[in-house]
Parts: sequence; structure tokens; C-alpha cells
Amino acid sequence: MANNNEIRFLNPPTVEVKKKKYCRFKKAGIKYIDYKDPEFLKRFLNEQGKILPRRLTGTSLKYQRKVAQAVKRARHLALLPYVTDLLK
Amino acid sequence: MLKQYETVFILTPVLSEVQMKEAVAKFRDLIVANQGEVVYEEDWGLKKLAYPIQKKTTGFYHLLGFKADPDFIAKLELQYRRDERVIRYLTFAMDKHAIAYAEKKHGPAKEAVPVKEEKPAPKPKKPVVDDEIDIEEED
Repeated sequence: MANNNEIRFLNPPTVEVKKKKYCRFKKAGIKYIDYKDPEFLKRFLNEQGKILPRRLTGTSLKYQRKVAQAVKRARHLALLPYVTDLLK
Repeated sequence: MLKQYETVFILTPVLSEVQMKEAVAKFRDLIVANQGEVVYEEDWGLKKLAYPIQKKTTGFYHLLGFKADPDFIAKLELQYRRDERVIRYLTFAMDKHAIAYAEKKHGPAKEAVPVKEEKPAPKPKKPVVDDEIDIEEED
């Protein structure tokens, strides 16, 4: 009925369980990010080959700088493209 | 005071196997001739480039890990620039973490450097990612 106190949703409201982001380098104890390993660095790039922000990957600032530096070195060595589409 | 470096260079793919080896030997000898010491070496072979360089789509990659005087780097890079067989180069000064990583990969350097074990579990070469972090793409 109309004055039913129960609120009904057309779609059941999605209860978002926020997964806490973490820095994978801190967690795994990785100290050095290799610029010679493009397959690993691709995890930090989007399809256009751009570096993903920390806010998406959860990387800590210290390691984000190292990731960025490693990606740039890999690009210089043509291990990663500067610009592309449909990387991955 | 010697510092440890790593240098990667890409040679043009038009070279024959012998010419390629000769070019590599030239740079290796250059390091040795300047009181340097080649610690390790990697030949990645003919690899496809991620983008064309000088209208070439492939190149011979070669890596040299060496110890040398910091003043030597300028000389080495001058040789890279003068040599038209080299289409791209990168020299990288290694910090202690980079050296530890390289030692793990290539075995320890000849002089026994005391390896400090921080954790009993060895650092894997490629970091194991047990759970994929979900990267929500923003469009």
C-alpha cells in the first residue's frame, strides 16, 4: 500500500564494501622497481600507456615516484610506448 | 671511488651478428680500458621496439652492469653519441636496492659484499600479485 513504511527500491541498493587500497610495494617489501620489466610496469599504465594515478592504484608516494621513473626509463628504451591505444 | 652503473644500448638491426658482437666488445673494452670492471652482461637479442626509432622497428638490446669512476660516464655517453650503430642508450646509476636486485638476478659480485638479509623470505624477481588490485578506470 501507499502508506507502507517500507521503502521499496526498484533495484536493490548496492551495499558497497570498500576494499582498502594498499601499497603493493610496501606490502611485499619491494625496494627496487626494475625499468627493464615492461610486463610488470604495464600494471601501472592505462590502455593509452599513461601512468595511472596513486588514487587508483593505491601506491604510496615514495613508490609512485619510483614507478614513474621506471616507466619513463622503459619508454626511453622503447620497451614501453609513449603513446598508444589498446595497450594490454 | 667506483660506482656501480648499468647501461643498456640498442644497436641498429642492420648489423650482422659479427658486427653486433664487435660493437658490444668495443663498449666492453672501453669500460675495462678506463679502470672499470664489467660485473655482468645480458644480451637480449633482437627485440621489437615499442615505437620506431630512426625508422627502425627492431634493435639489438645489450645490457652491461659495471663499476666505474663517475667521470667515465661522460666519456661512455660521448662514444654512444658518436657511434652511429647505437640508436638508443641509457646509463643508470644504481643505488643499494638496485645492486641488491641485480645481485639476486646475476649472483653476487666477485668481491664478497656482505648481503644484508632483511627478511627470511627472498624477494621474488617479479613481485607476486596474489590479488589483483582493482583499478577502476575513470573515463
